[in-house]
Amino acid sequence: MSKLFYFIVVLFSVGILGCSQKMTVENAILTDAPQVPPQITRTHPAKVIVDLEVKEVVKNIAEGVQYTFWTFGGSVPGKFIRVRESDTVEFHLANHPANKLPHNIDLHAVTGPGGGAASSFTAPGHKTQFTFKTLNPGLYVYHCATAPVGMHVANGMYGLIYVQPKKALPKVDHEYYIMQSDFYTKGGYGEKGLQPFSMEKAIDEKPTYVVFNGAVNALVGESAIKANVGETIRLFVGNGGPNLVSSFHVIGEIFDTVYTEGGIGANQRNVQTTLVPAGGSSIVEFKMDVPGTYILVDHSIFRAFNKGALGMLKTNGTEDKSIYSGKEVDENYIESKVNESAPVAPPQEPKEAKSGQQIFINSCSMCHQSEGQGLAGVFPPLANADYLMKLAKSPDRASLISIVLKGLSGKVTVNGKEYNNVMTPISGLSDEDLASVLTYVTNSWGNAAPHFSASEIKKAKEKLSQP
Amino acid sequence: MIGVLVFGLLIQSVPITGGSFAPLYGLEKDQKSVSVASFRIDTYPVTHQNFFKFTKAHPEWKPSHPLVLLADKEYLKDWKSEGPSRKIKNVPVTYVSWFAAQDYCVAQGGRLPTVLEWEYVAAASETKKDASQDKEFIEKLLQWYSKPVQEGKISKIGKTKPNIWGVYDLHGVIWEWVYDFNSVFVTGDNRQDKDNLKDLFCGFGAAGAQNRANYAAFMRYALRNSLKGNYTLMNLGFRCAYDH
Repeated sequence: MSKLFYFIVVLFSVGILGCSQKMTVENAILTDAPQVPPQITRTHPAKVIVDLEVKEVVKNIAEGVQYTFWTFGGSVPGKFIRVRESDTVEFHLANHPANKLPHNIDLHAVTGPGGGAASSFTAPGHKTQFTFKTLNPGLYVYHCATAPVGMHVANGMYGLIYVQPKKALPKVDHEYYIMQSDFYTKGGYGEKGLQPFSMEKAIDEKPTYVVFNGAVNALVGESAIKANVGETIRLFVGNGGPNLVSSFHVIGEIFDTVYTEGGIGANQRNVQTTLVPAGGSSIVEFKMDVPGTYILVDHSIFRAFNKGALGMLKTNGTEDKSIYSGKEVDENYIESKVNESAPVAPPQEPKEAKSGQQIFINSCSMCHQSEGQGLAGVFPPLANADYLMKLAKSPDRASLISIVLKGLSGKVTVNGKEYNNVMTPISGLSDEDLASVLTYVTNSWGNAAPHFSASEIKKAKEKLSQP
Repeated sequence: MIGVLVFGLLIQSVPITGGSFAPLYGLEKDQKSVSVASFRIDTYPVTHQNFFKFTKAHPEWKPSHPLVLLADKEYLKDWKSEGPSRKIKNVPVTYVSWFAAQDYCVAQGGRLPTVLEWEYVAAASETKKDASQDKEFIEKLLQWYSKPVQEGKISKIGKTKPNIWGVYDLHGVIWEWVYDFNSVFVTGDNRQDKDNLKDLFCGFGAAGAQNRANYAAFMRYALRNSLKGNYTLMNLGFRCAYDH
């Protein structure tokens, strides 16, 4: 008898122990955009409790423009929910008593009819509960699915739930939550005051606003997301719709890795623009190499400039000129004559002269003209030009080389005619290039002079740089 | 209009001439409209004052008395002890369950209106008997449905114009209980496509609906669908209908 009792007690305690190990219970950390809850570090499944309240609130959609948003947790987009693959999620949905309408939630991360919609259908002033298991890792949209569903979504009822895979994605320095959506107001873009929902515009799919994170300028200026040079970034990008598909792009960055449509499995590298479906998502990763402000847009570009689909990523750090120089040249530009009667080089000409001709066409012919004939009274000729050939035949040709390198301004007399103009310096040419173009100019159109060599150019440059 | 003296209070109701119309839900295949027989309906929603008199004659409906099965714990929560404050005397009573509302109407010799009756009267604007295709009318309703109303902010009855039947406050003040709130069917008949209409979520909501652009009507059906008989909500009241 006592032995049997002991046996039962042992069985019972093993049972309790087993259960408690299996089911740690925790409350999900929920965040407002652009913040993302921290990475889940536990290595076993848990029971995760999510508490979400539906609130109907009046907030700014743009400067001076208010809208009655219906929200999951008080703002648009709804709270970011982070759970882990194989977790058991106990979901509590509360509908504030002052709300006029019933609401529910359809989480695309749920396997089961309606994604939880029927089980979470909640009258105002009520609270419901349902439980689901996260079978599939990935980044999922959730939204309200109460009739008329379009209007519930159009008023802001969506957010993201990230089911972190058992083997977590590589660690990055920053994770951010970005969600695009379209809004339909009775008044036009920027029309002040509390704007009612326009059913007509919504049905016609003609949004007044297309925004990131619920409002024009939600990600701009002080509210921009931030990083430092050398750091890696992961953006959890969602699209609440209700209607538009997003061509998500960060100006001046290339996504190193894209998990298209929010699936787990990095399936694309080096992507410029990733498509984010309405009711879908994308995960993008990239490293910041160059400091500055990067603009996030929907590259259906009128939405960015006229409807608000614009955000900012501000990056601090030291510049790396080898990756990006900044502006190097800003000079006058006169229409190129490249395609206009450029002489075809004879095939037997030496290589040196040939590239000299190319440089002439690109850099000189717009003023001196394609045959070196110049433009009467404005640009002096090079063909049969006494001024040029005198310099070209003198023993020290540094002064001629200097004209190309440093430019020339003021009065010159060429073949008996006076010219008073400015020649800008021709930059970006190597010693070899300079030798080629000078040889070409002084040996074409009837000109003849000794060829220039790279070493002659180099010596002249040294002489010119002396004080 | 006729006045009926009940519990010393004048309750007014107006006659509604029967007719046919196309409700959002409930038409059979190839059916264009349904007919509604003539009935009478209260001119105003039932007020706190009306309901207070009723609880005096029916103590089982006093705030502290009903079974949870018949009214949830929020029942008449905005009353101070046994009755409403003077301030809300002429404000529609809310935080009442279906059972309480139906009992009240029976005590007046009536009943709650059916979904069809309610929708038939509520389809009317100030100038038209059927404004269900009137964009301006529907947009006005949507604006009201979109905004939350805090406790104590519900307005008194009769503050806006009546509709063409002479009925006040069908829209813009509170939601109202109907007799068959939890059924979107005209009759109790089982239909083969019943499953498709059971839930008003997402795509299912559009299946079987008559006028998919009437978002205001969708919202009323959605709200009714979210209720149970013992629920009491901050913004949900009622009015009564009478067969003769």
